Amino acid sequence: MKASLRITLIASSLLVICLVSSALALHHLDTMRGRATLDEVLYIPSPKIVKRLSLGYDGLLADIYWTRAVQYFGGKHVVGSRHYEELAPLLEITTGLDPHLTVAYEFGANFLAPHPPNGAGEPERAIQLVDYGIRNNPDDWKLYYNLGFIYYMEMKDYPKAADAFAHGSKVPGAHPFLKVMAAQMAQHAGESQMARMMWTTAYQSTQDPDIRANAISHLRALQVDQDVTNLELLVSIYKDRTSHLPASFAEMQAAGLLPEAPLDPLGHPYKLSPDGHVELQNPDEFPFAQKGIPPAYVPTSPKFLPSDMGGAS
Amino acid sequence: MSTRIANIASNTFREAVRDRVLYNLIAFALLMSGAAILVGQISIGIERLVVVNLGLTAVSLFGVVIAIFIGIGLVSKEIEKRTLYTVLARPVQRWEFIVGKFFGLAGTLVVNTFFMAIGVFAALFYVSRGFQRADGWLFIALYFIVLEFLIITALALLFSSFSSPLLSAVFAFSLFVIGSFAEDLRGFAAMAQGGLRWLATGVAYLVPNFSSLNVISSVAHRQPVTAQLIFSNSVYALVYTGMALCGAVLIFERRNLK
Repeated sequence: MKASLRITLIASSLLVICLVSSALALHHLDTMRGRATLDEVLYIPSPKIVKRLSLGYDGLLADIYWTRAVQYFGGKHVVGSRHYEELAPLLEITTGLDPHLTVAYEFGANFLAPHPPNGAGEPERAIQLVDYGIRNNPDDWKLYYNLGFIYYMEMKDYPKAADAFAHGSKVPGAHPFLKVMAAQMAQHAGESQMARMMWTTAYQSTQDPDIRANAISHLRALQVDQDVTNLELLVSIYKDRTSHLPASFAEMQAAGLLPEAPLDPLGHPYKLSPDGHVELQNPDEFPFAQKGIPPAYVPTSPKFLPSDMGGAS
Repeated sequence: MSTRIANIASNTFREAVRDRVLYNLIAFALLMSGAAILVGQISIGIERLVVVNLGLTAVSLFGVVIAIFIGIGLVSKEIEKRTLYTVLARPVQRWEFIVGKFFGLAGTLVVNTFFMAIGVFAALFYVSRGFQRADGWLFIALYFIVLEFLIITALALLFSSFSSPLLSAVFAFSLFVIGSFAEDLRGFAAMAQGGLRWLATGVAYLVPNFSSLNVISSVAHRQPVTAQLIFSNSVYALVYTGMALCGAVLIFERRNLK
């Protein structure tokens, strides 16, 4: 064997061995340090300092911080965490670096505002974030919509929600529903009707599959709540007429109270319990439903994104 | 005169290509295609923004690194290899040598930027499934990046004309960093008092202002760039480049090459 060939073979083998060894050593180091040390640390908490250190390339850094915020929220949300300490600072740095990154306000507020485990349970910071977004992007009606949404859904502050929707409705190109929402808020309209309108607007105002899937999930849950309320009302009417509870929906059909067996929004039949309550067959498919949940049901990890639900439909 | 400058420039360009400077395009292509495919999966709603921000930032940083590390060796390498004496033994003026070297490296950077721009637009087409009229502002951002390269190349040549390659790299890179803080520097100067104020203001106007040449974030959001800014930046970059080149020529003319 020639000397040069021997050296090539030895060097190539050593290269492969060293490469594999370094990967193994790094894997070992990762297990020693744990993920928390990497995930829970904000190396530089000040948006101003981060902006200065970006040397003018603040747009790219904002994208990196936004991706970090998404990964942080997603990583914790998927395991049902109730603590999101770094979420608000990450969003503040992101929007400090790029105040026009409207996606960070829209999604960020929806990560921050809902109660755990669906969100960080920080509606005040979500409002601050969207307020900052509106100051920097006053022509974006979706931000007013987001603000009104948080005031309505999380804070139950109807005057402020009405104010946000009214301001948003004046922005050129705003969704016509905003005017209706402002009026409904002022009148304290029925919550279910209002919520349906808001989720419909959320669905129509975006092409993003994650937001659309989330809106569809909420709309289905609202439909379930409405169906269960109506069906339980019919059950009580049946009981008033016959002095006993119906054993099945077929008995209610026979009594002329139902035209056909009732189905949930995904086409599965509702169940009628012996005590007259109407229940879902598959409550996992309706993570946001308030009614129709069987008493012994234990929810699985919260659903949020289409990837959680196996694709939006 | 112009033929001699053109010959030096074309030789500098050929030398840069032979030095495999354009290999950075492979890294850039991998970066852009990786970003275009990956970001949609790990983030939300910023696919287009990342392609524009990452693409233009990479064009800028790759170019700055090339401008500094090739620029600092343009004169010193010729002295080290003793090829400078062969060139100057011919009817070539020292200033023609400096200006030729500048245009050679500037041409290399323009060609490099051209290919990178193709990569940025290809990735943008991939994630956006088409172009919008406002995407045309990317050309302005790329034009400003080229202006930035002209200034840095001239500065690298200036330092290269009197200093060692290592110190030239340190000086040029430091000025790039300081120039990125130029607007902050003027802010600090405005807050200072008395003589310090004059000194700080002088320094703030002496260092290159790279922050006004950076419109990457604006064009990423499809915000327009005013014609006034385009004109002012063009004038500023040409004047500053001219100033640095004149400095390089003045020093090189007096340099003892024995």
